[in-house]
Amino acid sequence: MATKKKSAVEATTEANENAIALHETEGLSQGQIIRRRFFRHKPAVISLIALVFITLFVYSASGIHLGTAKHPITIPGWWPHSMTEIQDSVFCKGSIGCPGIAHPFGQDPIGHDYFALVMRGAEQSIMVMLVVGFIGGLLGTVIGAVSGYFRGWVDAVLMRFTDFIITIPSIIIGAVIGFKFGNLGVVALAVYLGFFSWTGLARLVRGEFLTLREREFVDAARVAGASNVRIIFKHILPNAMGVIIVSVTLMLAGAILLETALSYIGFGVQSPDVSLGTLISNYQDSFTISPWLFYWPGVLIISIALCVNFIGDGLRDAFDPRQRRRISRKDLLRATFAKRK
Amino acid sequence: MLAYIGRRLGIVLLILFGSSFIVYNLEAYSGDPLAELRVSSAKNKEFLMQQLTKQLELNVPPPIRYFHWLQGVLGIFTGHADLGKTRDGLYVANEIAAAIPITIRLVLGATVLAILLGITVGVITAIRQYSRLDYTMTFVSFLMFSLPIFWVAVLLKQYMAIEFNNFLGNGNITGPWILGASIIAGIILAGFISGSRKRVLIVFAIGAAGTAVLLTLANVTHWILKPGIGIVGVGLLSIGIAIGMTSIIAGIDNRKVLFASLTVALAAIVLYFPVMALWSAKGMNVLLFVAPTLGLIVIAVIAALVFVKVDRGAAIRTTVLTAVFAGFFLLIEKLYKVWGVYIQADGINLRPIPTIGEISVRLSVHNFWIDLMDALVHVMLPTIALTLISFAGYVRYSRASLLEVMNMDYIRTARAKGLSERVVIVRHALRNAMIPLTTLMAFDFAGVIGGAIITESVFNWHGMGTLFRAAISNQDLNLLMGVFAITSFMAVMANLVADLLYSALDPRIRVGK
Repeated sequence: MATKKKSAVEATTEANENAIALHETEGLSQGQIIRRRFFRHKPAVISLIALVFITLFVYSASGIHLGTAKHPITIPGWWPHSMTEIQDSVFCKGSIGCPGIAHPFGQDPIGHDYFALVMRGAEQSIMVMLVVGFIGGLLGTVIGAVSGYFRGWVDAVLMRFTDFIITIPSIIIGAVIGFKFGNLGVVALAVYLGFFSWTGLARLVRGEFLTLREREFVDAARVAGASNVRIIFKHILPNAMGVIIVSVTLMLAGAILLETALSYIGFGVQSPDVSLGTLISNYQDSFTISPWLFYWPGVLIISIALCVNFIGDGLRDAFDPRQRRRISRKDLLRATFAKRK
Repeated sequence: MLAYIGRRLGIVLLILFGSSFIVYNLEAYSGDPLAELRVSSAKNKEFLMQQLTKQLELNVPPPIRYFHWLQGVLGIFTGHADLGKTRDGLYVANEIAAAIPITIRLVLGATVLAILLGITVGVITAIRQYSRLDYTMTFVSFLMFSLPIFWVAVLLKQYMAIEFNNFLGNGNITGPWILGASIIAGIILAGFISGSRKRVLIVFAIGAAGTAVLLTLANVTHWILKPGIGIVGVGLLSIGIAIGMTSIIAGIDNRKVLFASLTVALAAIVLYFPVMALWSAKGMNVLLFVAPTLGLIVIAVIAALVFVKVDRGAAIRTTVLTAVFAGFFLLIEKLYKVWGVYIQADGINLRPIPTIGEISVRLSVHNFWIDLMDALVHVMLPTIALTLISFAGYVRYSRASLLEVMNMDYIRTARAKGLSERVVIVRHALRNAMIPLTTLMAFDFAGVIGGAIITESVFNWHGMGTLFRAAISNQDLNLLMGVFAITSFMAVMANLVADLLYSALDPRIRVGK
C-alpha cells in the first residue's frame, strides 16, 4: 500500500517536472533555449565572466605584441614597466624583490618587474589557446564534415590521414615543433600546434555527420535541390554545433596546458621571450626564498584552464537535450499549485 | 574475426610507416646535428664533423636515409632488429631496454591507482547525483584537469617531502596540524553523508574528534617513527572489508556469503604471525612475497565453494576481493615495521622522502624489504602527481557513463521487477557503464611505455621521457625514432585492442563487418 502511494506521488512529480520543462521551452528558438540553459549554469557563467576579465586585463596591461623579433608590431599597455626593463631590487624581510606597491607581483632576482613578465606570459598562453582553438576547430570541423558527408574513398583517405596524426603523441610533435620553431614567436608555435590538434574533433564531427546525413530533413533539402555545400553548412552543421563547441573548448584547455608544459621542458617559447611555463621552470627552485615567483604563473594557468573547462561543461549541458535540469523544490511546488488553480 | 585482425594489422603497419616517415623527415630537415660543431673552436673540428657525418650518414638525403633506418627496424621479422646507434655510439635498443623498466615503475602504479580511485569516485558521485559530494567532486575534478603537473610537483616536493622530513626530525604532530587534519577529515567524512544538516554536523563532529584522538595517540606512542597496526588492526580491517565487500557485491542479507568472507578475514588473523615470520626469514624473494596473498585467495575460493551453493560467481568474487585486501593489510603491516628500520638506516637519517631520483645511492643497508621501501618512497611523489592529473578524467567519464546507463529502459525494468537498488546498480548498470571506459584504459596503458615526459623531467627519472628529451635537444635522430617507434606502436595497438575489447564486451557491436 505504502509503495503504491509513493509511486503515485512520484508520478505527479514527474508530470510536474515535464510540465516545467515544457513551459520553459515553449515558444523559444533552439538558440534561445541553449542560451537560457547556459546562463542557468552558474559556474559556467562565473567562469565566462572571469575569463573575459582575465583576457581583457592581461591584454590591456601588457599590450599586444605581434610579428617576429625583427619586425615587432607592438601596441603598449597601461602597465608602466616593460618586461625587459631592469630596476633596483626592493630589499625586504630577508629576501629581495618581494611584492609591494611599486611591484605588485614582486621582482625577479635580476630586477625585472614580475607583473610585466607574468602578464606577458599569460598573453602568450591566451594567444596560443585562441590560435590552436581556431585552427584546430576549423580543420577538425571541415575534415570531419567532408569525411562524414561524402563517405566512400574520401572518408577512407581522410580517416587514415587522421590516424597518422593520432599516432604521433601530441607532446612529441609539440616538442619537435616547439624546439625548432619556438624562436619564431608564439603565434607560429600555436599555428603548428593547431595543425596537429584537430584529430579528435574530426572523428567526433565525422560520427555526427554520419548519423545526421541519414535524417529526413537532409533528404528534404536534397529533394528541394540544395547543393552539397549548402546541405553541409546550412542543414547539418548547425545540428552538430553542440559537439563541435564542447570539443573545441576542451581543446582550448588542453592547448594552454600543452604550451606551458612544452615551455617548461624548454621546447616551447624560447628565451628571451617568456611564457608561464618558462617562468615556473626558471623559478621552481627559488620556491622557499621567493615563493611569489613560483605561485603567480601557476595561479594564472590554473584559473584560465579552470574557467575554460567550466565553460565547456556549461555548454555541454546547454547543448544536450537529454540533460534535465535539476528542478528545485520551489519550482515544483509552484507548478503543483499552478495546476490546482 | 582473424581476417579482420589481419586487415587491421596491415593498416596499422601502413600507418606506422607513414607517421614514422613524417616524423623522421620533420626532425631531419628542421635540425642540424652538426650545428654544435660548426661553432666550436676545436682544432680537429673538420675531422669531427666528417666523422659524425659518416656515422650518422648525413650526406644521404633524409627520405632515403629513412629507408636505411627502416631496413634495420624491419629486421625484427628475421630476429635481428637494429634501431641504430645514438650520436655517442651507444645502441638505441639497449638505451630503450634500460629505460622501459624505470618508466613502467613510474607510470604503472599511478595509472592503476587513477583508474581504481577515479571509477570509484565517479560511480559514487553518479549514484549521489546533485548531492553536496557530487558538486564538490565535480569542482575537484575540474581543478585537477586544469593543474599543470610541473607546478603540482614542485608543491608536492616542498610540502610532502621537505616539510615532512623536517617534521620527522622532531616527530611530533603539533597542535595546529592536528586541528587542521581533524577539520579536513571531518569535512571529507561529512561529504559522503547525505541528509539533514543535523546529521551532517554530527558526522562531521565524530570524524573530526576521532581524527584528533587518533593523531594525539599517534603523538603519545611515537607512531610516526615506529608505526604498525598489529594483529588487532589487521583483523579489524579484514573483518571490515569482508562485511563491506559482502554488502556491496552479494548483499549483507546473504548470510552464507558473509560467513565465507568472514572466514577469509579469520584466516588472515590466524596467518598473521606465520606470515610475519615468513617475511622476516632469510632468503626473502618475490615468490615468498606473493605467497600469503595467493594462499588467502585459495582459502577464499574454497570457503566460497563450501559455504555457498547458489550464485557462486558472486560469492567467489566477494571472498577473493576480501582475500586480496587482507593480503594487502598484512603487507601494510610489514611495511610499517620496515619503515621504522628504513628511516633510521645510514644514508637516510630520518629524511626518508626524496624529491628526485629512482633509488637512494647512499643507502648502506640492502635487503628485500629495505630495497622495496626505498623504491616505494621514491615512486611516491611522482605517483601522487600523476594520479592527481589522470584521476579527473576517470571520474568524469565513469560518472557520465553511469548516469547515461541509469536512464535506460532496462534499468527501469530491473527496478520494476522489485530488485534492490544495490542489485540494479552493481549487477545491471555498472557492467554496461564500464564498457566505454575500456577505450580510455587501453590508451592509458599504452601510454605507460611512452612515459611521462614532464613528470620524469621534474622528478629526474631516467626513463623513456628523458631519452626523448635528450634525443630532441641533441638532434639525435636514431634515438628519437627508437622512442617514437615504440610509443606509436603501443598507441596503435591500444586502438586495436580497445576495438576488440569493446566488441567482446558489448554484443551489439560486431567488428569485421
